[in-house]
Amino acid sequence: MTIPAKTIAAALLLSSALPLHAKTIEVAAGEGAQQRLQEALILAQPGDVVSIGAGRLALSDGLSLDVNAVTVRGAGMDATVLDFSGQQGAGEGLLVTSDDVTLRDFAVENPKGDGIKSKGADRIVYYRVRVEWTGGPKETNGAYGIYPVESTGVLIDGAMVKGASDAGIYVGQSKDITVRYSVAESNVAGIEIENSRNALVMGNLATRNTGGILVFDLPNLPVMGGGNTIIENNLVVSNDTPNFAPKGNIVAGVLRGTGVLIMANDKVLVRDNVLADNGTAQIMVVAYTNKFEDKNYNPYPRHVVIGENRIIGGGNAPAFPGGEALRTAFGGALPPVLWDGLGGPDALVLNSPIAAVSLNLPRQGAGSDEAKPALVKAAPPRTVELPSGVGAPTALEARIGA
Amino acid sequence: MKLIASALLIAATSVAIAAMPVQRVNDSAVTSNSFPATLSEFGFFAAAGKQVPSAGVTPYRLNTPLWSDGAEKLRFVYLPAGAKARAQGDGLLNLPVGSALIKTFTYGDRLIETRVLLHRADGWVALPYQWNAAQTEAKLVLAGGRVSVTTPAGQAISYAIPNKNQCKECHALAGAVTPIGPKARNLSASWLAALHRAKRLDTMPAVTRRLPLWEARAKAPLADAARGYLDVNCAHCHNPRSSASNSGLDLRWEQSDPASFGINKRPVAAGRGSGNLDFDIVPGDPDHSILLYRMGSLEGGISMPELGRSSLDPAGLDIVTRWVRGMKR
Repeated sequence: MTIPAKTIAAALLLSSALPLHAKTIEVAAGEGAQQRLQEALILAQPGDVVSIGAGRLALSDGLSLDVNAVTVRGAGMDATVLDFSGQQGAGEGLLVTSDDVTLRDFAVENPKGDGIKSKGADRIVYYRVRVEWTGGPKETNGAYGIYPVESTGVLIDGAMVKGASDAGIYVGQSKDITVRYSVAESNVAGIEIENSRNALVMGNLATRNTGGILVFDLPNLPVMGGGNTIIENNLVVSNDTPNFAPKGNIVAGVLRGTGVLIMANDKVLVRDNVLADNGTAQIMVVAYTNKFEDKNYNPYPRHVVIGENRIIGGGNAPAFPGGEALRTAFGGALPPVLWDGLGGPDALVLNSPIAAVSLNLPRQGAGSDEAKPALVKAAPPRTVELPSGVGAPTALEARIGA
Repeated sequence: MKLIASALLIAATSVAIAAMPVQRVNDSAVTSNSFPATLSEFGFFAAAGKQVPSAGVTPYRLNTPLWSDGAEKLRFVYLPAGAKARAQGDGLLNLPVGSALIKTFTYGDRLIETRVLLHRADGWVALPYQWNAAQTEAKLVLAGGRVSVTTPAGQAISYAIPNKNQCKECHALAGAVTPIGPKARNLSASWLAALHRAKRLDTMPAVTRRLPLWEARAKAPLADAARGYLDVNCAHCHNPRSSASNSGLDLRWEQSDPASFGINKRPVAAGRGSGNLDFDIVPGDPDHSILLYRMGSLEGGISMPELGRSSLDPAGLDIVTRWVRGMKR
C-alpha cells in the first residue's frame, strides 16, 4: 500500500503542532456548569479536548475559549445542550478567539446575543453543531447563530441553525471558507457570506428563512472587496418567513421569498442548486441599496455567473412595491433571476438558458418605483473567468468525522 | 472606604513620600509563569483589607475613569526596584517586565474584587481575584463569578467578575493583552511629574490634549467630555485592533473621522442592538442614535459595553446625549 506523500506531510504537520501529552478534560452537566466549563476552557492546553457530557448545562454568562488547537466536543447536537436561557451577560453564548479550534457535537440554545462567535480564529472547524432559538422566529432572538469573523480558514459542516434574527450561519470579513451539509431554517438570512473571499457554499439546505443564501459586500468595513465565491448543490426551498430582523440591519431589507441573493461582490458562481418556491426571486442580483461614502467600496455586482440550476416554482409572490403588477405582466410568476440592472454588461452572466428580468434601475440607490422592468436579452455564450481556489484548507477535514 | 480613598488621594499626589510599612512585593509571583491562588501571594499590600500599598506600589487615578456599575476603584501601579516607566507621547506608559497594575473594586467599605495585570517576560497576563466575606483575602477566580451588590444609586444588581478570557476581551490589542488605563493623556500632569521626580518615569510625556477630569466635566468642552467618556468606556474594544474591530466603529480619543466614530454610520453586526435605528449617531438626534440606545439598555445582546455593566450610567448617558443633541443636524 502506498500512502500519498501529501497525507504523510499533513499528518506530520499535525503531529508536530500538538504536544505529546494532550489530554481530555471532562465536564459533566449539573451544578456549577458555568464555572466548571469556563475553567476547563481556560485551563485547556493546545491539543486538549474539552469533552462535555450529555445533558443540559444551564449557563448564566457567556463562555469563551482563547487557547489554540483545543477541541470542544459534546455527546451530540441533540444530547449536549448549552442552555443560555438564563444568560445575564456577554454578547454571545460562546466566543472563540484562538486558532485551530474544533467545535463539534453540541448545541447552543437561546443565547441573548449571538450563538457562537469566533473572531480572528483561523482554521476553525464547526462540525455537527446546532444553534437554536427555540421559540421560533422572533425579533428578540439573537442576531447570528454561527458567526466566524475576521478569520482565515473556516469549515462549517453538518451544522444546524434555527431562529436567528439576522443570519443563521454568518461568515464575515474572512477568507478560505467552506459552509456545507448544514441546515439553516427559520432565520432571517439562512446562510450569509459577507465581505469575504474564497467561499464555497455547498450541499446545504436553506428553508423557511426570509432569504436562503446571501452573499454581501458592505461599505465602511475594515475588510471589503468580497467575492470569488461558489454557491453550488444547495437546496434552497420555500424561504417564506416574514422578515423579523430589527430595522437598521442590512438584512432587514431582505425580501420574504428570496432564494439566493448576491449584493455587490466580484465573481460569484451559482450553479447546480435546487431552487424551489422562493416567492420573490429564486436568484436576485443587486447593487448595494443604501447611500454610502467610502471611496474604496464598489457597490455593484461584477461577474455574477448563473450556471445550470433546477428551478421549481417561485417568483409568484414578489414582496416589493410593484411586484404584484409585474407578476401579472409576466403571466403569474416572475422569471427565476431578478437583477436590478446595475453594474454594467458584466454584472450578470447567464451561462444557462435561464430567464432573467432586469428592473433597469437608473442608478445605485434608486427604488423600485423607478424600475423599467424588461426581460434580459439572451446574450451569446461568453467565456468568463469563474471563481477558483475556493473553500477551507483541506487539512481542516482531518478534524471531522467520527 | 472613605478613609482609605482619601488617604490614597493624598498618596497619589505625593508619590515620593511613601511612608508606609516596609512590605515588599513578591517579584517572582509577578513574573513567574503561574497563576497565584491568592492575592496576598503578590504582596502588593501591607494591609490587604485596608489596601495599604507596599513599597514600590503607587496609587493613581484616571482623569476620566471606566464606569463599572458605580463601583469605586482603587488603582495602583507596581514598578520593581530600580525600574522605570517610559513615556510614549500621550499614550500608554510603557511599563517594564516585572511591573503590575492592580485595581480593586469596592462598594462603600466592601471590597468586591481585585484585578491584576502582570507584565511577564512573554507578555501581560490578566487575573481576577474575588474578596472573601471577611475581607481578609482575595482568591483567584479564573472562571469569574457573580456577586449580589447594591450600587451607590441603591440598585440591587448581579455584579459580574470577569473571567480570565473576559479580561482579555477588553485588554486585547492585536491579540495581545495590553493595559488600557494609564495613558499619559488620562493621567494628571502632577502625578506624572511626581513619578518623574521619584525617578520612576524616564521623561515627562508630551500631552497636548488631556481627557477632562470627570468630576469637573461641566467646565470642559462638551465634545471633550463625551469623547473622553467614549474613549475610556468603549474604545478598548471599538478600535481597529481590538475585539470590536469588525464593527468598523472606532471610538478612540484620537479618531477624527466622523464616520469612523459613528456619525451617520450604519451598524454592521448589531442584530437587535440596532433597536430599529439606522445609524450609530444621528447628529442632533440622540433618540435615533444606536450608540445611545445600546448605552441605555440592560438587555444581553443589546447593552453596551457587553461586559462589566449591569446597570445604567446616568452621568455617562447624560454627557453623550447632550453631545449628540448639540451636533448640527
